[in-house]
Amino acid sequence: MSLFIAEGLFKHFGGLIAVDRVSLTVEPGEIHALIGPNGAGKTTLVNVISGLLPLDAGRIILDGVDLTALPPHQRVRHGLSRSFQITRVFNNDSVLDNLLLAVQAQTGSSFRIFGRRADKSGLRERAIELAQQVGLGEALDRIARALPHGAQRQLDVALALAAQPKLLLLDEPLAGMGPEDVAEMVALIQRLCAETAILLIEHDMDAVFQLADRISVLDYGRVLTSGDVAYIRDHPEVQAVYLGTEAAR
Amino acid sequence: MLIRIFPWTLLLVLALFPLVAPLFDFTYYVGFVRHLLIVMIAATSLNFILGYGGMAALGHAGFIGVGAYTVVALVDAGFTSAWGAWATALIVSAAFAAAIGAVSLRTQGVYFLMLTLAFSQMLYYLAVSLRTYGGDDGYGLHTPLTLGLGLGDAQGRILYWLVLAIAALLFAFLNRVAVSRFGYALRGVRENETRMAALGYPVYWIKFTAFTVAGAVAGLAGALLACHNRFVSPSLMHWTESATLLVIVVIGGLGRRWGAPLGAAVWLTLAEVLKLYTDYWRWPLGLLLILIVFFAPKGMAALLDNRGKSP
Repeated sequence: MSLFIAEGLFKHFGGLIAVDRVSLTVEPGEIHALIGPNGAGKTTLVNVISGLLPLDAGRIILDGVDLTALPPHQRVRHGLSRSFQITRVFNNDSVLDNLLLAVQAQTGSSFRIFGRRADKSGLRERAIELAQQVGLGEALDRIARALPHGAQRQLDVALALAAQPKLLLLDEPLAGMGPEDVAEMVALIQRLCAETAILLIEHDMDAVFQLADRISVLDYGRVLTSGDVAYIRDHPEVQAVYLGTEAAR
Repeated sequence: MLIRIFPWTLLLVLALFPLVAPLFDFTYYVGFVRHLLIVMIAATSLNFILGYGGMAALGHAGFIGVGAYTVVALVDAGFTSAWGAWATALIVSAAFAAAIGAVSLRTQGVYFLMLTLAFSQMLYYLAVSLRTYGGDDGYGLHTPLTLGLGLGDAQGRILYWLVLAIAALLFAFLNRVAVSRFGYALRGVRENETRMAALGYPVYWIKFTAFTVAGAVAGLAGALLACHNRFVSPSLMHWTESATLLVIVVIGGLGRRWGAPLGAAVWLTLAEVLKLYTDYWRWPLGLLLILIVFFAPKGMAALLDNRGKSP
């Protein structure tokens, strides 16, 4: 059985159908990329999978557990973690404080009101480990807001990684990045797939072709087709819908 | 060093004040400071949800009222123990805060503000309609509650010292919570709710817990206020009282340790002084609020805090 199964996901906003009976799977250790033109429903799909938006119909199963009815924070507990297209880090805090907060969520109750959090050292070690993993080991004391864009994106991914997910949803991790940052992030994603399966939503076709084991093409909220890199690259309909629009721009 | 001894010095000065005051004919101000301390308790509890939790509640005076009317109800039923009345007020207002929070916290921003306002207005009109407890005219507590333990009645200097002790303990407690795991989670919710949910935090329950604790503490402040004034009326929970608390926290410093006490001290002292000189004492206070918002948007506590960041 697949690690992750999404079955007949359906979401509409009034008359607009954003996600139209989408089914997809992710195998263990796999990077499954999801591409599609702007407005194809990619971000909505990530939001319904992570639980930030309620589903109208469909089922979500991760590692044999049905997550459909669970609120977002419980989906994280079951190993489904995500990053954000628009960076959502804690802007006013340092990189270390950002990561401490992320690690804290995974280690014991956050309803403890007695005892200083600072007295627990385990949190700190794990946070530093995460920073090093994404290449922010030297930037622990920098305030998140003051980091360059590429580093903020890395921090966003590190926050998602803190949950030690079974499936990591990366929502356009390369958005707005320069070539150097892209190369760094691509290398990071390649390293990550040793730890977790990844559902990668991305616009950058070079990166997708480089990273993905399997690609699904989304258009008007529907999965147009699915296949490996060579298949998608040569698929005439895909070229018309996606690569065509890209070339025309 | 100065920072370390300052709270203890302040506590000592406040503790000695009722003993020293008669020597300088300041006895009236013992009552003033007692009132100030009670307002500090209420403001500190609001700072906990507004400053640390980012919940802009405009109904905090409602919980003060619940606490005060709990005391009224107990006294009216012939109950006389101050400890029992205060504890009951704490529990009853926690229950009200939990019920109101359970509904209001499903919304955010302006909607949350309007809902908390609406609930506190309901409580206000409920109090107005309670004929047994004087309705609009209020209810006088003719005999003070008793403390037992050889402390006599809950009035005068004894009440002052008790209020001081409770204020100090609650201040220490809420500041301790601010650096606990819960405190960090609460501030994370303030900064970015969506991300907190995506990190695995039960955002709703974190807010609910903070809101209930804050409501309970405000209720205790209300119970103390009832004993302080020996009189309770619905005006206690008029929405302008909630707004004043909000202003106190904002000028003092949102989410800052000394924000609420400083805001309460400055606001009430200025009001007291200005009233001596003019009937139009509100407008200089309005001017102060405007100046703070423009020139020290992080509040007065931030000006004093040279480290420039919250704990």
